[in-house]
Amino acid sequence: MDALDRVVKPKTKRAKRFLEKREPKLKENTKNAMLIKGGNANLTVTEVLKDIYAVKKPFAVLYKKKNITRPFEDQTSLEFFSKKSDCSLFLFGSHNKKRPNNLIIGRMFDYHVLDMIELGVEKFVSLKDVKNSKCPEGTKPMLIFAGDMFDVNEEYRRLKSLLIDFFRGPSVPSIRLAGLEYVLHFTALDGKIYMRSYKVLLKKSGCKIPRIELEEMGPSLDLVMRRTHLASDDLYKLSLKQPKALKPKKKKNISHDVFGTTYGRIHMQKQDLSKLQTRKMKGLKKRPAEKSAEDGGVSPKKSKS
Amino acid sequence: VEEVLAAAEEQEAEKRRSVTVEKELELEFDLGNLLALDRNPPAAAGLRGAAPGREAKLRALARDNTQLLVAQLWELPAERAGGAGGPLVARLPEPAFRLPREKPPPRPRPPTRWEQFARLKGIRRRKRTSLVWDEEAKEWRRRWGYRRAGGDPARAWLAEVPEGADPEEDQFARLRREKRERVARNELNRLRNLARAHRAGTAIPAAPLHPTGHQSREELSHVARVARVSTASLGRFQPRLPKEPSEPPSRNAGKKRRFEPLLGNLAAERSRQLELLRDMGSKKPVLDITRAVNKQLRQEEAEAAAAKGKKQSQRGKRGRRQ
Repeated sequence: MDALDRVVKPKTKRAKRFLEKREPKLKENTKNAMLIKGGNANLTVTEVLKDIYAVKKPFAVLYKKKNITRPFEDQTSLEFFSKKSDCSLFLFGSHNKKRPNNLIIGRMFDYHVLDMIELGVEKFVSLKDVKNSKCPEGTKPMLIFAGDMFDVNEEYRRLKSLLIDFFRGPSVPSIRLAGLEYVLHFTALDGKIYMRSYKVLLKKSGCKIPRIELEEMGPSLDLVMRRTHLASDDLYKLSLKQPKALKPKKKKNISHDVFGTTYGRIHMQKQDLSKLQTRKMKGLKKRPAEKSAEDGGVSPKKSKS
Repeated sequence: VEEVLAAAEEQEAEKRRSVTVEKELELEFDLGNLLALDRNPPAAAGLRGAAPGREAKLRALARDNTQLLVAQLWELPAERAGGAGGPLVARLPEPAFRLPREKPPPRPRPPTRWEQFARLKGIRRRKRTSLVWDEEAKEWRRRWGYRRAGGDPARAWLAEVPEGADPEEDQFARLRREKRERVARNELNRLRNLARAHRAGTAIPAAPLHPTGHQSREELSHVARVARVSTASLGRFQPRLPKEPSEPPSRNAGKKRRFEPLLGNLAAERSRQLELLRDMGSKKPVLDITRAVNKQLRQEEAEAAAAKGKKQSQRGKRGRRQ
């Protein structure tokens, strides 16, 4: 409870900053991921966790020790870790005879488990095995999802949302076009999900848009979906709710029509039409003779003494 | 020369063609997240085959999709960051794909007692300078904290006896005691404000006092009772329906059980015992079967409705273990 946290006031500015970073905000921090090994994690699963950690640095923590928990049965230890390290995404790896090379990917809302999906790793090619040049750490990847399963099936849709959340990286207002080097491609086919990572080479082409060549790089996984633990619809809707302050403010007196024309509305005060400033037509200007005839006997000129 | 020109032109035409990609369904783009969604069913025939062929097909598919995404990104308004020589930077729109938040949005905290008072009186916050001129040290010192303007309070060697105070009293002890009391009072007020904010956050919403279409019998009776009691004489002189029992307003409102005194109304006790003997001796059953059956049915319906509601909320609670 945030109220209970505030009972013990932080004594230093550093502690205060630490607590302020963790409290709920309007615009949130980038989500951190925690990568945990289960009690019986084997070499494959450990390598997967290490590679994903390399992709997601610095927004990930890799726990070195094995933790004997079962996420699907008991979620309290996951929630405790999440609270301690302020991570809202997690990836838990384990291995047993019934579920070989198991990865549980999940996310939290308010330090409680929101969604968890269990995936089995069928084939894994690690970063070390692919002998190509790698892109620098912390590049924002481009994400591409191919396959109609990601729209049709409800579980695949949640998996897509989870994967976007996981690999998205920090939200930036602008991006250097030459720095788009990393792309993660997910294909859903025949009940399997193929995740491939490529390094992007921008080649010259005739026009402004460069031609893309891809080079295989980085971890590639063949995944198969096993169990799922998805949040109920109302909890999911609650987590999606954004505060009203973040909505873009509607500008008054501006409207758009169907064809894309923007209309503005100006509210004028009452105008005195006789004193209106119009275009000056020199030919219509009153000459001095006409002016004195209008004025009558009063001559405006002073006589020189 | 003509051959060279023709070859160069062919190469250029090829390159220009190779930037465009043909797809059945258009991709959906979310440029704020650098995201592209391809709805086309993947070419199953090529991808189901052997591993190297599959890799090549996957890579070709990825290349096409990436080309489309990069084409979209290049359409964005771009500028040169950091002056004319800097890198070309595209301005990304807001991310459109709705992702759940990490934590619930922050609740506005209720104003503290001082804030309420200040709002009432119209007191606004004056901005104070952080440095104050110190006459003795002839320099700018902090208002409070390390090396403050008034000199170190621990080293104060003089404490005046104020008028009307006891001359024997220890002034230094008095100053220390008063400081301790001030600190304790401030801490108490801060905790009280926190408790108020906490209570306001978890307040149980009262049943709606205006009529909705779906209020149960208990809610309606509660609302009627509240309406009766909200008069100046707390409902003592309100007219009642013919069969409604009149109840005196009790402070506990039914929380404690009340028993009759042991040796009170002898006549009432006598009549009660005679009635009991009569009911025990009579052949007719005291129980009214129809009323009992209706009551049982209503109870069962209520239980079923409660169980259904509880099951729905239980399924919701599975995602959120407490």
